[in-house]
Amino acid sequence: MKILVCISHVPDTTSKINFTEGDTKFDTNGVQFVINPNDEFGLTRAMWFKEKQGANVTVVNVGGPETEPTLRKALAIGADEAIRVNAEATDGAFVAKQLAKVAQDGGYDLIIAGRESIDYNGGMVPGMLATLTDANFVNTCIGLEVEGNEATAVREIDGGKETIQTSLPLVIGGQKGLVEESDLRIPNMRGIMMARKKQLTIVEPADASNETKAVKFEKPAPKGAVKLVSPDNLDELVSLLHNEAKVI
Amino acid sequence: MSVLVYTESENGRFKKTAFEVASYARELANQLGTSVTAVSINAENTAELASYGVDKVLAVKNDQLNEFNAKAYANALKQAAQQENAGAVVLSSSADSKYIAPILSVYLNAGYASNVVALPESTAPFQVKRTAFTNKAFNVTEITTDIKLIGLSKNSFGLRENSASATEEAFTPQLDAGSSTKVSAVDKASGKVTIADAEIVVSGGRGLKGPENWGMIEDLAETLGAATACSKPVSDLGWRPHSEHVGQTGKPVASNLYIAVGISGAIQHLAGINASKVKVVINSDPEAPFFKAADYGVVGDAFEVVPKLIEKLKEFKAQNA
Repeated sequence: MKILVCISHVPDTTSKINFTEGDTKFDTNGVQFVINPNDEFGLTRAMWFKEKQGANVTVVNVGGPETEPTLRKALAIGADEAIRVNAEATDGAFVAKQLAKVAQDGGYDLIIAGRESIDYNGGMVPGMLATLTDANFVNTCIGLEVEGNEATAVREIDGGKETIQTSLPLVIGGQKGLVEESDLRIPNMRGIMMARKKQLTIVEPADASNETKAVKFEKPAPKGAVKLVSPDNLDELVSLLHNEAKVI
Repeated sequence: MSVLVYTESENGRFKKTAFEVASYARELANQLGTSVTAVSINAENTAELASYGVDKVLAVKNDQLNEFNAKAYANALKQAAQQENAGAVVLSSSADSKYIAPILSVYLNAGYASNVVALPESTAPFQVKRTAFTNKAFNVTEITTDIKLIGLSKNSFGLRENSASATEEAFTPQLDAGSSTKVSAVDKASGKVTIADAEIVVSGGRGLKGPENWGMIEDLAETLGAATACSKPVSDLGWRPHSEHVGQTGKPVASNLYIAVGISGAIQHLAGINASKVKVVINSDPEAPFFKAADYGVVGDAFEVVPKLIEKLKEFKAQNA
């Protein structure tokens, strides 16, 4: 099985979010970048396929040279090779079109992407990629098994989950549940050494247009101070929720 | 030109989000000087949409669509958008709508902005505000394609009554026979409020010490008609099911009221629940970071505070019934 895992290069979950250039650009100053958490669950699931059923795992990212350490980390975790599409990831449609080109050139059976990146939260790349390549698609995927050409996927729905029978080629928008947090792997020294020797191919972007553009950013208004209520005076809390906040 | 809105239903009844997206579509149509067409799929009482300003309902009745299938639904919406010459298409942020939207975006060559929280700041160029960085920031996005696809963030716009005389027309999209993705089982607790639909969410963290202590969280939720949720460590420890995990890598929460019990308030948790309007935190540690993000706080032992709060709420409910 040939697996492609799409990797977003995103600020660490604990990053302070600031903007520069008149609030038009994300301020990367002092920010640690990581593999997008939703993608990392998918990468680990891909490693299990490789180890238990046999698979070749390629990781791909659309981004500039600064994203290479993130791809190297994925290689250190165990991916076999990496592809970087040398272009700024300007919007979801553009990224999906680039990935569709990589997918078509590589002939992958299974493409695992995260349900969304934790920076722009577009949540559109997996579905667009599946549609552009005419593959089957399961979003918010929390479980996946593949036998031959057949796949059984579990999708998180509002208030529960559903099981879907489908077939390869398949694209999933994955998330936690594909594997657990405790299953995630920290690269060891051997993995890091091996990653240096693995193939990282840089490809130039396909001709594709954007459909949206980020015009500017703003931070939420600062929050007022919390109103503390004594544990011996919970009537006051009920009254505040009813009269002031008007939520009960 | 028109604004098309997909009004979602379940077992024939519209979901509350259907009325919210209809309310949004009405005001968007006012901005654009056009009318609103809703698409319903196997919904029974489409007249309900008139109260939220819908001018026309394309009612799809098709047994093939009884079971959700993102591609088939997107296909039906594409044909409706083409028939109505839609300039904008509005969807909700439910799991199903977020599944449909990117497919529909490709079908219609429509630029898609998800998690939108307000009407466009400008319609030419078409710029809408959406959340980004998991609620740590907002992003104004310009959609540059002819057709604009908008995914409205839940509970960000609210319901706005706006009566119109919605005419219902039967709509029969041409669907492909068979599908290569098929739902074989659905596992959904019936009669329980889901986090996605809940107006109030009661959430527990590691401060509750063990899964055996969740009875009071469930009681508090039941008293308020709320959904139950939990923090990431609690789901990682297996105390509560995954489906309850809220936060950056879990489910987002955008309820009117979010009550956090024994949750310290890690930045990832706060990001996931930030869209909730009013936050109450109950924690024995006055230094818990959650107090900085909350509207109301009680510093105290959850095992004493929660049962007392349930009592007080029951008294309140009895008086205001």
